[in-house]
Amino acid sequence: MAVLNEEQEMLRDMARDWATNKSPVTEFRKVRAAGEPQAFDKGAWNTMAEMGWAGVIIPEAYGGSDFGWLSMGLIVEELGKTLTASPLVASTIAASAIILGGSEDQKSTWLPRLASGELVATLAVDEGPRHAPHSCSTSVSGGKLSGTKAFVQEAHGADLFVVAAKDGLYLVEKGDGVTLSTRKLTDQRSHAEVTFDGTPADSLAGGGESLLDDVLDRARILTACEMLGMAQQVFDTTLDYLKQRVQFNQVLATFQALQHRMADLFGDLAMMRSAVEGGLQALDSGFGVARAATIAKSEANRVLHTMSREGIQLHGGIGMTDEYDIGFYLKRARVLEASWGSSAYLRDRFAKLGGY
Amino acid sequence: MATQLDSNPASDLDSFRDEVRQFLAENFPAELKGTNNALSSVEGPTEESPAQKQWREAMGERGWGTPTWPKEYGGGGLTRKQARVLDEEMAKVGAYNPIGGMGVMMFGPTLLEYGSEAQKKEHIPLITRGEIRWCQGYSEPNAGSDLANLQTFAEDKGDHYLVNGQKTWTSGGQWADKCFAIVRTDKSDKHRGISFMLIDMNAPGVEVRPIQMISGMSPFCETFFTDVKVPKENLVGEEGQGWTIGKRLLQHERTNLSGGGALARLMGTSLADVAKKYVELDGDGAIADKVLRDRIADFEIRWNSFLLTARRATEESKAAGGVSEISSVLKKLGTKLGQERAELIIEIAGMQGLGWEGGGFTEAELSAVRAWLFGKATTIYGGSTEIQNNIIAKRVLGMLDHQ
Repeated sequence: MAVLNEEQEMLRDMARDWATNKSPVTEFRKVRAAGEPQAFDKGAWNTMAEMGWAGVIIPEAYGGSDFGWLSMGLIVEELGKTLTASPLVASTIAASAIILGGSEDQKSTWLPRLASGELVATLAVDEGPRHAPHSCSTSVSGGKLSGTKAFVQEAHGADLFVVAAKDGLYLVEKGDGVTLSTRKLTDQRSHAEVTFDGTPADSLAGGGESLLDDVLDRARILTACEMLGMAQQVFDTTLDYLKQRVQFNQVLATFQALQHRMADLFGDLAMMRSAVEGGLQALDSGFGVARAATIAKSEANRVLHTMSREGIQLHGGIGMTDEYDIGFYLKRARVLEASWGSSAYLRDRFAKLGGY
Repeated sequence: MATQLDSNPASDLDSFRDEVRQFLAENFPAELKGTNNALSSVEGPTEESPAQKQWREAMGERGWGTPTWPKEYGGGGLTRKQARVLDEEMAKVGAYNPIGGMGVMMFGPTLLEYGSEAQKKEHIPLITRGEIRWCQGYSEPNAGSDLANLQTFAEDKGDHYLVNGQKTWTSGGQWADKCFAIVRTDKSDKHRGISFMLIDMNAPGVEVRPIQMISGMSPFCETFFTDVKVPKENLVGEEGQGWTIGKRLLQHERTNLSGGGALARLMGTSLADVAKKYVELDGDGAIADKVLRDRIADFEIRWNSFLLTARRATEESKAAGGVSEISSVLKKLGTKLGQERAELIIEIAGMQGLGWEGGGFTEAELSAVRAWLFGKATTIYGGSTEIQNNIIAKRVLGMLDHQ
């Protein structure tokens, strides 16, 4: 855990308290059972917004608290631990695109409403099943955007889309010319193929050539925060289980074969946390973001992948049941691993950034 | 708030910085610029040049080689902030710390904690002046990972102990003046029968034999004790307290072996830069072998993540005023990654990366091979990876003792 200031500790404790008491995994089960298209509880989202979480990275001038990315990451990590279903990550990523690339007019139009949670926004970049942000066929002509975006996160709850076109990022409002086709993934959260058919689009003209990459790096880091919370939770749950389960008249935690596997996972988790916090700190300092984001998401992918597999294996048969939570983490893990860059994609990017 | 807690107001630090600069200008011999402390290396030469001697004596006089140790025993008596200023200024002029070795890294801090006043007065000043070399008498042929199984016996003879037994893996034993050792004073109790004592390596009955390793080097020795007389005043702490003191010393050892600092310097060159010398590049200057490129990136990402972890452990320890929980994983992670890197380097260079000696190889190539082989020791010494895993599982994760 990074060394936190008082304000950050307070935010983290508040998020931990709320997630543990008001949004445990049973709440996710309810969302799943309700089967609503947006796949989150609107009451819970309103509460999160009231606590100011939707505006943590938004400047005070636009209704946010400007507490910074490390603060944001702490909240997202806590929510990741209990698999809280909400559009917080998606909306924050989209807001960061407006902060980086928006005009004064666009910022004052959208950011206050995103900060208050009144509106939800999401980022729509990829057009196929694998992350490939620079092969894009979506185009804009005469202020009208046309194209199809695949597996858009939180699409059902979104009022505003930040859409990648050939010549940059655009803001597109939900409405006529925007069609959603649900793609229910294994994590049972909101994903959809979104088709834009000559829809009015407003260009995010600021932010320079690297705007899309800069926004994606924020997406990678914040997603890695959610993954960190999940990995920590899988580790803690598994450790508790090993300390309770008795076989051969011994608790499993006394077996050295299992002790060493947990020690390995503990080391991996330490590396993942360092990488993720390194990403958040890079965002707050504005220095070395691309590299730090690549390391953060890459380590998040590697460690959560292993952790979610080992979590199931170490639980044994009971871990395969729907009654146990551990399987939810496995399913959500794979969706997040594939989001904003698989491990192979990220290694390629890391090598490019390093000039090899 | 920072200024209230700061025992060195900025103006004091500035004047200290001036003092350091003046000292370096007057005392650091230009010919040593950018060189390393040859004497701290267990493999290094034992003769020092006149310039090296002058520099060691100048630093030793000030106690600045052990900057934060108490002044009364020859240390620098500096605050951490002053020590950092000293580091910075030394780095600027390319000056190394001429005071090093096991006395500084492990034994000194332990003796300061557990030694008697007389012992501290006798031994610490020699360390701070760099006038003595210590070696570690811990492992034995049948006491490796199971260190407490050690059998070297110190028999009570009234005013002295009579020590008999064998130690092994004694790093730098062939050059050491003294040995801090854990020995058995009571055969009836495995842990409480162990005592910590200081043995003169030149005493009659001490015999040292270097062990040739797979790397071709002999950094370790076997040390035999036959009826060696050890005066009673060389017992540190109480009889039977040796396991506690000895383990404390190992904590200092692990901190040094985990490789936040020194290892990071060794690993300075990126693997990609190494690869670019040996493998084909495509038109964009990228490594043409995509599989190799992927493996290098995979390693470098994890290596960066380890460096961030080492930094985090330092920051957390400072903030908490104690050792961070993640310090326990640093040795295990750093040594494994170090080995992985060494394997990748020789693989990248192909046959050219397997040279043993003689013509046709650069010095860097030959030393990479030796480093690859020597590096196999890192996951074995200082508490093997398996022992680290036991410690993490039991002490940190609270998993119960295995049978």
